[in-house]
Amino acid sequence: MQARPYRELAAANGARNTTSGRVDLLVVAQMVEPGSRVLDVGCGDGELLKILTETKNVDGRGIEISREGVNFCVAKGLAVIQGDADTDLADYPDDAFDYVILSQTLQATWQPRVVLEHMLRIGERAIVSFPNFGHWKIRLMLLLFGRMPRTANLPETWYNTQNIHFCTIRDFRDLCNEVGVKIETAVALDAWGRKLRLNFPWWVWNLFGEQAVFRLSRRR
Amino acid sequence: MAEANLISTPQATPREADAPRDSLVVRFGADQPLRLDSGVELSPFQIAYKTYGQLNADRSNAVLICHALTGDQHVASVHPVTKKNGWWETMVGPGKPIDTERYFVICSNVVSGCMGSSGPSSINPKTGKPYGLDFPVITIRDMVRAQAMLIDHLGIEMLFAVAGGSMGGMQVLQWAQSYPERVFCVLPLACATRHSAQNIAFHEVGRQAVMADPEWRGGRYLTEGTNPRRGLAVARMGAHITYMSDAALHRKFGRKFQDRNNPTFSFDADFEVESYLRYQGSSFVERFDANSYLYLTRAMDYFDLAAEHGGVLANAFRNTQTRFCVVSFTSDWLFPTSESREIVHALNATSARVSFAEIVTDKGHDAFLLDEPELFAIVRGFLDGAAKARGLGIKE
Repeated sequence: MQARPYRELAAANGARNTTSGRVDLLVVAQMVEPGSRVLDVGCGDGELLKILTETKNVDGRGIEISREGVNFCVAKGLAVIQGDADTDLADYPDDAFDYVILSQTLQATWQPRVVLEHMLRIGERAIVSFPNFGHWKIRLMLLLFGRMPRTANLPETWYNTQNIHFCTIRDFRDLCNEVGVKIETAVALDAWGRKLRLNFPWWVWNLFGEQAVFRLSRRR
Repeated sequence: MAEANLISTPQATPREADAPRDSLVVRFGADQPLRLDSGVELSPFQIAYKTYGQLNADRSNAVLICHALTGDQHVASVHPVTKKNGWWETMVGPGKPIDTERYFVICSNVVSGCMGSSGPSSINPKTGKPYGLDFPVITIRDMVRAQAMLIDHLGIEMLFAVAGGSMGGMQVLQWAQSYPERVFCVLPLACATRHSAQNIAFHEVGRQAVMADPEWRGGRYLTEGTNPRRGLAVARMGAHITYMSDAALHRKFGRKFQDRNNPTFSFDADFEVESYLRYQGSSFVERFDANSYLYLTRAMDYFDLAAEHGGVLANAFRNTQTRFCVVSFTSDWLFPTSESREIVHALNATSARVSFAEIVTDKGHDAFLLDEPELFAIVRGFLDGAAKARGLGIKE
């Protein structure tokens, strides 16, 4: 993902800065109980794991598909394996973690629904952050220019992006209902990384949220 | 130096086998037999080992290094027979990834080896002659059991780390399985939890080469004053090919001729790759014992960690608290990445704390012994993280 100028805003939220400026990582981190067991699926260079280890004292593990990412993480002392969210989650037993996190990776999986189901089998809770394809800029680009949108957040062209399953906040909410998981809390972040007001209706989030973070649990 | 003359004499190997130069030796008497998987008790027996660095006051910084098939205890010091540098000198030493300024490194010659630990070339106390094939068959677990006795002898309750590649990696996995409470973290590199049929097949070719040599004399060559050099050299040549990749062989030698421009239309070593293999074979027989080669390859063949646990590998590591760092290499066709991934999947199934990296290289299986900066960074980083968790002081 592209770095974004989220730093001041993150600081204003009382959170620590991330090295890449990804405010969604801080939002995710805020949703995690200290001292819990966390699996970060698609952990990239391990930035979230590092934040969680340093500030929340979690027992963190990661899966990452890119070798460079894995080797970078392992060399930093993080417990990360080279693997693929689509195939490797099946190996984990039920209830192995308190949280399974999928940050900005959902749209790159082959089977988002299966991945989501595995996440809530392996973990008691799942935290998912993803770019909202329902954002007004994206809608406008398609409407006005008739081309697949490219934004600062999603800079690749349609033919060489790893992102194959885009969804909107509304779509994701529907998936959660279909799979039967409970949405415990959800946050939408606007283009400047600010949290949209909680009392805004969902359609406002869907239109103005550039990315979203959901914390889910199994429906009891 | 009179010692230098010994290098090429056939007696050099048996001498090293019982009275190693430059190594420490611990002897276990009749009261401490080694109980083998075969049901036999080996007694008395001895282990030769080397140590590097200092054991700290609370004995928490010990790192055990397990050597591969044809390696030995001289991991980071000059080899007494070949006078070459230690086999893992790039990895182990002051300031190296396995830093002997921070860790107390122990490396022992495995049981059934020929560099000072009891093996088929040792003197059988019952007969006063070398054991030969009367030496009991040893498994990877037996080697680890003997190492554990050495670690006990050194007064170390818990090893900080156990590391090794190939056959060494098998021992590392066995350590994690047999003594989970005695290893804080492990680094099994370029290995698998079982030897594949293809690998057993290659080993069988090597063993047959040794046994087909008329000088092998049913394994009694030391008593009869012969040495199956040709057979062992052929075994080594075959094995050496499996340690490299096609790409690496091609880059190194291609189809280049040795010292000539045209073929000699004979069976001389026309090609560079041929003379390279011949050199590998002949230098190997100077330092290695043919029967040890049979025993060690056999130990690898028998290794199957899952089979010991009802075929379910995850059961081998159930509830383990040990941290794992599994590493494979893309061009390793002896222990391909898929086999390392099996280890990782089993560890995931037990929620173990595991790191796994595949390193892109065309150097083949031997990559774990070579200059691989990415491997060094991973080993260093993993050990740093584990050292922090273990409460070992980290020198910045």
